[in-house]
Amino acid sequence: MGKKILLEHINVPGIKSLDVYRQNGGYASVEKALKTMAPDVIVEEVKKSGLRGRGGAGFPTGMKWSFLAKPEGVERYLVVNADESEPGTFKDRYLMEKIPHILLEGMITSSFALGAKTSCIYIRGEYFYVSRILEAAIEEAYAAGLLGKNILGTNFSHDIFVQVGAGAYICGEETALLESLEGKRGNPRIKPPFPAVAGLYGCPTVVNNVETIASVPYIVMNGGDDYAKIGIGRSTGTKLISASGHINKPGVYEIEMGITVEDFIYSEEYCGGILNGKKLKAVVAGGSSVPILPAELILRTEKGEPRLMSYESLSDGGFATGTMLGSGGFMVYDETTSIVKNLYTFARFYHHESCGQCSPCREGTGWMEKILHRIVEGHGKHGDTDLLWDIQRKIEGNTICPLGDAAAWPVASAIRHFRAEFEEYINHPERIKEFKHLQELVS
Amino acid sequence: MAKVTIDGESIEVPDGTTILQAARMIGGDNVPPAMCYHSKLKTSGGYCRTCIVKVSKGSEKDPRPMPKLVPSCRTTVMDGMEVQNNTSAEVLEARRGVVEFLLINHPLDCPVCDQAGECHLQDLGYENGAAKTRYDFPRRKFNMIDIGPNIKMHMTRCIMCFRCVKTADQITDNRVHGMLFRGDASEISTYIEKAIINDFSGNMIDVCPVGALTDKTFRFKSRVWFTKPMDAHRDCKKCSGKVALWEKGNEVLRVTSRKDKWGESEEWICNECRFDKKDIKDWVIEGPRHIDRHSVISLNHYENVVAKLKIDIAKQQKQIVDKK
Repeated sequence: MGKKILLEHINVPGIKSLDVYRQNGGYASVEKALKTMAPDVIVEEVKKSGLRGRGGAGFPTGMKWSFLAKPEGVERYLVVNADESEPGTFKDRYLMEKIPHILLEGMITSSFALGAKTSCIYIRGEYFYVSRILEAAIEEAYAAGLLGKNILGTNFSHDIFVQVGAGAYICGEETALLESLEGKRGNPRIKPPFPAVAGLYGCPTVVNNVETIASVPYIVMNGGDDYAKIGIGRSTGTKLISASGHINKPGVYEIEMGITVEDFIYSEEYCGGILNGKKLKAVVAGGSSVPILPAELILRTEKGEPRLMSYESLSDGGFATGTMLGSGGFMVYDETTSIVKNLYTFARFYHHESCGQCSPCREGTGWMEKILHRIVEGHGKHGDTDLLWDIQRKIEGNTICPLGDAAAWPVASAIRHFRAEFEEYINHPERIKEFKHLQELVS
Repeated sequence: MAKVTIDGESIEVPDGTTILQAARMIGGDNVPPAMCYHSKLKTSGGYCRTCIVKVSKGSEKDPRPMPKLVPSCRTTVMDGMEVQNNTSAEVLEARRGVVEFLLINHPLDCPVCDQAGECHLQDLGYENGAAKTRYDFPRRKFNMIDIGPNIKMHMTRCIMCFRCVKTADQITDNRVHGMLFRGDASEISTYIEKAIINDFSGNMIDVCPVGALTDKTFRFKSRVWFTKPMDAHRDCKKCSGKVALWEKGNEVLRVTSRKDKWGESEEWICNECRFDKKDIKDWVIEGPRHIDRHSVISLNHYENVVAKLKIDIAKQQKQIVDKK
């Protein structure tokens, strides 16, 4: 069994309530941080821990915190990004639903480290029932003196608000999230300035993922060095993986970074192998926007080394033969899957979620969806694959926010690794109802 | 002060200048095209992505190149920065991509569009577009709506530059319109087709780079290149009263703000000057207006033809000399 940090007490009955949570060592970090540590020391510990943003980009959290501007007399904010909308990712929901206090504990400790008097949880609209769980937990924390004025008798006062979004994927982008939080339309801002300088209401703001903040209590209690010992290389600590698709045991797993992908898919502890004993065809390792990889490349890197569940190993080989850990939305496809149909689903999603501000994403996502729709319906034209390739290339990197990249990468990787399947759809539309020949194409 | 080099030409500019502004100071052919940036509007730019450039050297202190192409209208220069615009194949290709994206849902109804001839998208398409479209799906369509008594909005032609939204936001008291919906279904609109009524709403027509917002007092009266632009002024209590008149014979067909070299309004004018003063007696004519833009309006200007001839002859002479 690997080490558990976030989900250690997940099976304790009643862990949702403050009392049970405290009996299991909860809120100790708040006590330790507020009474014995200086804010800068906590930031230093987080830096030492090597904790990286769990929302997808994997930016070092300690560094992000140290970028926070600290002008005199200006409020600072911590915003927790709970707008978990990436298809295939459901780890934050699980965490907040089962053990909401770990997030609140992390928020209080982190806010103390950052000097923020107010923090917000921006949660996606579809998680309205989770927002109620969080609100109940916040109420408990206020009643126990863990929130509000002079927490635990110290000078530190803190308030937490929960804001429910209206269900837009784009609001998971940090600047769009801040716009939405301010009550405006959730359009990404043009950077710079970055939120660390001018974020919520123009004040310095740190935006972190739920899982990132929930990892902070452990770091405060055990020290950054201890956290850095878990995991492998620069991928320290544990990561929540939401596994879905054609596997025997879909669900949320906490893994120590550095276990092999093969282990993760086939071992009984985690996914438990492919459903119905079928063969593995492809894996999307980190939520729908990361490149899809065929079985041989996800299990082994191009150099023939076993691929590990870590930031570095998964991105080994760049986009040509690698992918990204992303948000940890691990989607497994067996041999019966049509990659083209799957891609069409993704493309439809990105088309629907594009905000419409900048031209390449607004027009390009719709165009790609239309072409893929045509291919899937059996009306594909010769040259459509090349056209798709060209469109994605012109979107990637040319947009305001990463949604353009997120829409382009799945298309690029599917064509890169499964081009034959696209050609099959286009050249033999009459055969696409039978999946048999698609399996042959893979083997 | 910061020294910036764009396509090999250097200039010293004050700190906080954007790459686009610096390029415009240098002038010439290396100025990136811009659709959504407007020098008189704050926070404009960054949306259309036509002005993207490559920063091959970040600054003297940190010479690393920027990892992605950047919008020149929203990126400020650093001392020692080196920028590639027309000299970078990557930039030109990306720009062709952007132009293609802007055009796939544009109706290309130039023959019946009042903006034709002074349309930024037309110019952009001529310079950076392909001759043939690769888009073979039905194009996006919207119904035309009237916003206010004098402005027609033809959303089908819109390229979402947000200039009109920012104009209404910044030069009038209340924000009256914005963007509805999302992605390629998004549209500029008022709240349930409310009229936009204020004294300066007409400026939205001038800032629109395409024919999405047109002047109802001028619609279908004449092609712009058949009208004569004249500088004129009058005493106006609301605005500076300095306008450009577009005449045909002795008739004033249209009144607009005076636009600079880049097609951007120099001063805002009020609706009274724009829509109501269509009599030549209302105005003091200063003389013919010089149009810098290379679009078809200026085609019938002798000065341009002569100037272009001179350049062509010089070029040919140079070629002959080079050959020898």
